Amino acid sequence: MSQVADLSHAPLEELIVCPVCDATYQLQRPKNGERAVCVRCHKVLIAPRRKAGMQIIAVAVAVVVLISAASMLPFLKISAAGRSNSVSIIDAALSFTEGPMLVLALLTAGFILFVPLLRMMLTIYVLVPVVLDRPAARHAVQAFRLSEALRPWSMAEIFALGCAVALVKVADLATVGFGPAFWMFGVLVVLVIVQDSFLCKWSVWNSLEHPKKR
Amino acid sequence: MELSGTSQKTITAREAGLVACTRCARAWPLGTPVCGRCGAKLVSRKENSLQRVWALWIVGLICYFPANLYPMLLTRQLFTETDSTIISGAVDLAHHGAFGIAAIILIASVVIPLGKFWAIAFLAVSVRKQGGIASHRRLLMFEVVEYIGRWSMIDIFVVAILSALVQIKGLVTINPGPAAFFFALSVIFTMLSAQAFDPRMIWDAQDNDNEVPDHG
Repeated sequence: MSQVADLSHAPLEELIVCPVCDATYQLQRPKNGERAVCVRCHKVLIAPRRKAGMQIIAVAVAVVVLISAASMLPFLKISAAGRSNSVSIIDAALSFTEGPMLVLALLTAGFILFVPLLRMMLTIYVLVPVVLDRPAARHAVQAFRLSEALRPWSMAEIFALGCAVALVKVADLATVGFGPAFWMFGVLVVLVIVQDSFLCKWSVWNSLEHPKKR
Repeated sequence: MELSGTSQKTITAREAGLVACTRCARAWPLGTPVCGRCGAKLVSRKENSLQRVWALWIVGLICYFPANLYPMLLTRQLFTETDSTIISGAVDLAHHGAFGIAAIILIASVVIPLGKFWAIAFLAVSVRKQGGIASHRRLLMFEVVEYIGRWSMIDIFVVAILSALVQIKGLVTINPGPAAFFFALSVIFTMLSAQAFDPRMIWDAQDNDNEVPDHG
């Protein structure tokens, strides 16, 4: 990013402001695979990738399928003294059922299933028209804003590490087996992380503002 | 494109008579109420943000005490019934030789929350004070707090998995204790507290000091 000598004459569209430290720059678009970084606080401002849109959509579709399947199928199974019990992710999320615990159940289900699911569907909704060079979808701006606001509350990857911890805790009480959903969830965590690193927020906002010109 | 012109002094949007959208990085004339591109509310600095930060911080801290005093897990095994708090659960794990897991639990449920309370308080105090440590360090601290705060939820998820899974009637059952509720609230409120903080104020504090700009 290059510094602006006289900001008052630059058209506002040609400026970009670092959201972390408020430093203002003349917009210089990096090439695909390169990054524009804030000089002062080193925040990555723009990081476009070639065909990122298509890849993100593909990953998002995969995540939606995986979450839907993984939430229903058995996830972990324990057996002790001839008796066994298997649970799905929905069962785990809804295990808090008494009184105020119900609030906790809803929050847990939200953090590990519904928020990630909603974010992926919003991403698909926003990006498909952008990738196809069509005018932006109705309410695409609100949809992407919601998706960004939900980002810190999407906790699928934390849940996955939680499983590992739970397994060790249970190991001396009973024998633990993995259901198909366990492996699906493992793949899902990798996909969520990949997707976050592909998505360049600025490029999305920019193409929502100028749907044709890219 | 990496950095260019690192020796120049940066101009902030506020100095240029502009207001930035923190969501989509677009610039608008100072006084514009709503971003025309993404619809986010525009404020040059969240001036009252420190009050919100402190309010949410205090609620988070209040919830953190019952989270540690009440039992987190109620384990019923044949004839014995054990209630374990966060800390006693970790100690039990260490006794069984699972030091790695005990460490994860202790770090996620004790070290990180306490560190977060301290870090947010430090940042909120430091933007009001002149001098002190460099903005880069403070920013790093803020980013660590924002990134790592969510991971405290791991203990809640462990409790959820255990109480759903370990339900073998008459043999062994695990149920969540009241601490789980308070702990989740504590994590959520500290996350909101960190989100209410405006990192741009870190840099304003530095500019007010008239320090030599440190561009690393």
